[in-house]
Amino acid sequence: MGSEKGLRKTFKEWDEGPVAKTLAKFPERKEQFETLSGIPVDRLYGPSEKALMEYEQELCFPGMFPFTRGVQPTMYRGRFWTMRQYSGFATAKETNERFKFLLNQGQTGLSIAFDLPTQIGYDSDNPLAQGEVGKVGVAINSLADMELLFDGIPLDKVSTSMTINAPAAILLAMYIAVGEKQGVPMNKLRGTIQNDILKEYVARGTFIHGPKESMRLITDTFKFCSENMPLWNTISISGYHIREAGSTAVQEVAFTLANGIAYVDAAIKVGLDVDSFASRLSFFFGSHSDFFEEIAKFRAARRLWAKIMHDRFGAKDDSSCRMRFHTQTAGCTLTAQQPDNNVVRVTLQALQGVLGGTQSLHTNSRDEALSLPTEQSVQIALRTQQIIAYETGVGDTIDPLAGSYFIEHLTDEVEKRAMEYIIKIDDLGGAPAAIEKGFIQREINDSAYEFQQAIDNSTRVVVGLNKFTVEEEQQFDYLRVDPAVEAEQIGRLQEMREERDQAAVEKTLEALRSAAESDSNLMPLILDAVKAYATLGEMCGVLREVFGEYRAPDIL
Amino acid sequence: MSSSKKIRVLVAKPGLDGHDRGAKIVARALRDAGMEVIYTGLRQTPEMIVEAAISEDVNVIGLSILSGAHNALFPKIMELLKAEGGDNILVIGGGIIPHDDVPALKAVGIAEVFGPGTPLADIVGYIESNVKL
Amino acid sequence: MPAIKLVKGVLKGNRRDLARLITLIENEHSSAATALSMLYKHTGNAHIVGVTGPPGSGKSTLVTRITAEYRKRSKTIGIVCVDPSSPFTGGALLGDRIRMQEHSLDKDVYVRSMSTRGHLGGLARATSDAVRAIDASGKDIVIVETVGAGQSEVQVVEVAHTVIVADVPGAGDDIQAIKAGIMEIADIFVVNKADYPGADRKVIEINAMLDLDSRERSWRPPVLLTNALTGEGIPELVDTIGAHMSYLQETGLLKQKGLQRSRDELEQIMEYKLTNELFTRLRGTPEYEQAIKKIAGRNDDPYSVAERLIADFLISVRE
Ligand code: B12
Ligand SMILES: Nc1nc2c(ncn2[C@@H]2O[C@H](COP(=O)(O)OP(=O)(O)OP(=O)(O)O)[C@@H](O)[C@H]2O)c(=O)[nH]1
Ligand SMILES: [Mg+2]
Repeated sequence: MGSEKGLRKTFKEWDEGPVAKTLAKFPERKEQFETLSGIPVDRLYGPSEKALMEYEQELCFPGMFPFTRGVQPTMYRGRFWTMRQYSGFATAKETNERFKFLLNQGQTGLSIAFDLPTQIGYDSDNPLAQGEVGKVGVAINSLADMELLFDGIPLDKVSTSMTINAPAAILLAMYIAVGEKQGVPMNKLRGTIQNDILKEYVARGTFIHGPKESMRLITDTFKFCSENMPLWNTISISGYHIREAGSTAVQEVAFTLANGIAYVDAAIKVGLDVDSFASRLSFFFGSHSDFFEEIAKFRAARRLWAKIMHDRFGAKDDSSCRMRFHTQTAGCTLTAQQPDNNVVRVTLQALQGVLGGTQSLHTNSRDEALSLPTEQSVQIALRTQQIIAYETGVGDTIDPLAGSYFIEHLTDEVEKRAMEYIIKIDDLGGAPAAIEKGFIQREINDSAYEFQQAIDNSTRVVVGLNKFTVEEEQQFDYLRVDPAVEAEQIGRLQEMREERDQAAVEKTLEALRSAAESDSNLMPLILDAVKAYATLGEMCGVLREVFGEYRAPDIL
Repeated sequence: MSSSKKIRVLVAKPGLDGHDRGAKIVARALRDAGMEVIYTGLRQTPEMIVEAAISEDVNVIGLSILSGAHNALFPKIMELLKAEGGDNILVIGGGIIPHDDVPALKAVGIAEVFGPGTPLADIVGYIESNVKL
Repeated sequence: MPAIKLVKGVLKGNRRDLARLITLIENEHSSAATALSMLYKHTGNAHIVGVTGPPGSGKSTLVTRITAEYRKRSKTIGIVCVDPSSPFTGGALLGDRIRMQEHSLDKDVYVRSMSTRGHLGGLARATSDAVRAIDASGKDIVIVETVGAGQSEVQVVEVAHTVIVADVPGAGDDIQAIKAGIMEIADIFVVNKADYPGADRKVIEINAMLDLDSRERSWRPPVLLTNALTGEGIPELVDTIGAHMSYLQETGLLKQKGLQRSRDELEQIMEYKLTNELFTRLRGTPEYEQAIKKIAGRNDDPYSVAERLIADFLISVRE
């Protein structure tokens, strides 16, 4: 971490320390990097001789506190970011096919989209699930579905991200159980559960229980993973949804980090040592349309989080201060009008993510505003990442925009303004209190309304929507989920229920209930129930009875 | 004394869908156009929506859905609404609704469907010229 | 005469007819007054409970909880929630109903959201008549939630038998502390959000304030602690609401208040009718506009003109 030593010394430390260590373990993609005209490209460009005093403190070298320039010493010179397209629809079988298609096309990680009943803890045959089964994600009712989902996909070879929040512990348990069946122990599993309930209350809507009970489930997973799953990201603290709900870039950083602070607080409160779990916290941001501001945002978020972990929580390990994040291009900037233009938008936004140093990336498809992506559209989206990675050379040196007056100024500004919000949220009693008071929701809603008004009155131009418009035939190729999927899924669920050992299910569910009523860690009991083929709806049902259901404040 | 009449609108989110950015923006725009807007919040069943519409005696129901469950939920809402004698209510929808689905929705009584990119003024204008007070 | 057709349905408790009648009342439809006069003799049976307090203090959440408790006790409930209208556009976002969804499928609970439509005092002009219509429809309890109150939003006393003032601990951050004017109208104080730090202290503070009040009175407002999220303290609150009604009945205050209320109401109606009549006749007439111009030009004064116009009006009415 920053000190009085000269910059040159720090550089040497970096070069001989983290860089050398990383190179020994992960060699770079090439021996020598150069531009198309043969100019050599170094790992890093910095303020060379005239070392700025601030440089060491505010930027420093990649992989070194405060990580402004990136979280790894060699960044994309070693390995490109993980290309991870969010996908899931219909049944486990169909989604399994889509996964395999994507892996065949060169995708390097998986990302599961679940349907809404699954995300809210209902089985496919629940009356409230009617019409929603498999519509916007894959329906997973029990371990049987999860086995099908990963059929032929070795869990020791992929990392898997699951966008699952309220029932995150249950899906994680299912993943562990599938791993076991494949012979992959849980300490080898790599991936992420989103597990970020606070932003569900303000921006995403798939909560089940109230904040207190939800926080307990979260800290239970933190604890369980810190003991059993060293490679697993226990949470993905998400700004993406906040941004997509309408916030500005500054608000995205502020509200996400405020939520992050709340999780760290909660974990410390239940007795965890900050350095035992903090390195497994991960983040998720959007990449919107303001090119430089977005790049600055990523850099600012990294720096601000590092400072918070160090100064506020007294984290001792550098790895506790290192913000690793996933990026998704901004769906809300993509239009139903002239949808092919979206490919260009996504390209620029993906590039921002890369220039901002993201660890993984989802590129939206051109049919974003129409339906779930067709296979053809998702292929173009994946190719977009591959072109950026393999053809442009932007990954050949680290944080290439550092030192640009504009970028550094924006980075400072985003950090400063986000911090102002965080102080305000602290004054309100922290993120959970600010959410309950509706502060965060109101801020987001105001920004969303302003954004829409700016489009409506054309002070903000959206090409093809309010300028350069054309008369269009409404002829698109929609991805359609067959309504018959629902009946099929329910049929399989009922079959599974008949085949399983009912007594074992009831026993594990009862055990889960009494654990929920006490304060012992729920993860092991959930795992038992999962292995007995208790369904997600049954487990969530038990927890609903013990923990109650939450009604959101629903602030307008 | 029609001068004191106000357009009352129920903006509702049927089903499990959590996309509320559009619904909230539309609600605000209608308020700013002088209407009285009741927002239901998330996760409303067709029964809850119809009950609210009747109790609040609204002139307009605006359904917002982006989760693809419109073909299951909209007809159910229309059916219940008829049974409750709410035929005079103007029902419109918005969100992610494929063009091919629109004719069937109109056939059950959804007056108009507004997709992504619709200027708010168009929605206000549509209501003002089609509402029955 | 649309409102009159609804009277029968309202008396039978049909909620669609009730809803429509309330709309006609709000819109000041000419038939609404007739319908109300037909309903009048069927009113006076409901216990009308007002809930007021600063914005965000948990009024709607409390109302939902109180309703649930009353439902356990087999009472039927009507709820009117009032939200402010925008002074610029006249539009309104009526957000209280969101909190009341748990009763939305209960046919014995009727919820109606209402905008103030520019009216000050914490209620809409139509609130009192809407409450009356709900009363006539046979609900045992009618709860009125006012707009988030500052200090002048005290009109709820004119409508409710029992006024609950809800405050929260540690008010002063984003939630304003209750103001003096509101304190005075409370029959029951509730310190809601008992889960917040400082709740007990708030109870002590309010009690201390009540002790300072030296007025002679036989009902000292109780101060209760509630958590509207969990329902803690709600049964006690509902008991207390009942106790207040018994007190009003036993002391004869209910009758006394009823008389006073009838007088106030009669006078208000007359005043409203009279002024309305007066102004519909005057406004827009050339004589009236001429008179105003003269006053502005200092060729006449408002005192004598008013006198003259009213005298003329009274003569024309007599004729
Ligand atoms: C923003 C967004 C989100 C945000 C939502 C934030 C929020 N609080 O609203 C986040 C990131 C949380 C999100 C999450 C998900 N999303 Co999303 N999301 C979008 C996105 C990118 C934009 C929607 C939006 O808000 N646009 C801005 C607003 C202003 O526009 P709008 O809602 O369309 O409203 C306009 C009109 O439609 C209309 N309108 C809308 N409502 C109403 C109501 C009335 C009465 C009227 C008159 C008009 C009207 O008028 C508005 C003004 O023009 C769309 C794709 C797109 N570009 O449309 C996907 C999209 C809707 N999401 C999708 C999916 C699948 C999801 C998830 C279900 C994924 C998953 N499996 O987890 C999740 C879960 C969300 C949940 N709980 O339900 C799919 C839906 C697919 C489908 N229906 O076939 C889409 C289409 C993306 C895609 N192509 O895959 N999402
Ligand atoms: N912690 C806590 N929160 C509460 C309690 N009661 C209400 N709330 C929360 O406080 C917020 C405001 O509650 P409302 O019931 O809408 O308050 P209100 O007074 O009706 O608000 P307005 O009608 O806008 O003036 C909501 O987020 C409630 O969930 C309580 O007892 N404890
Ligand atoms: Mg309220």
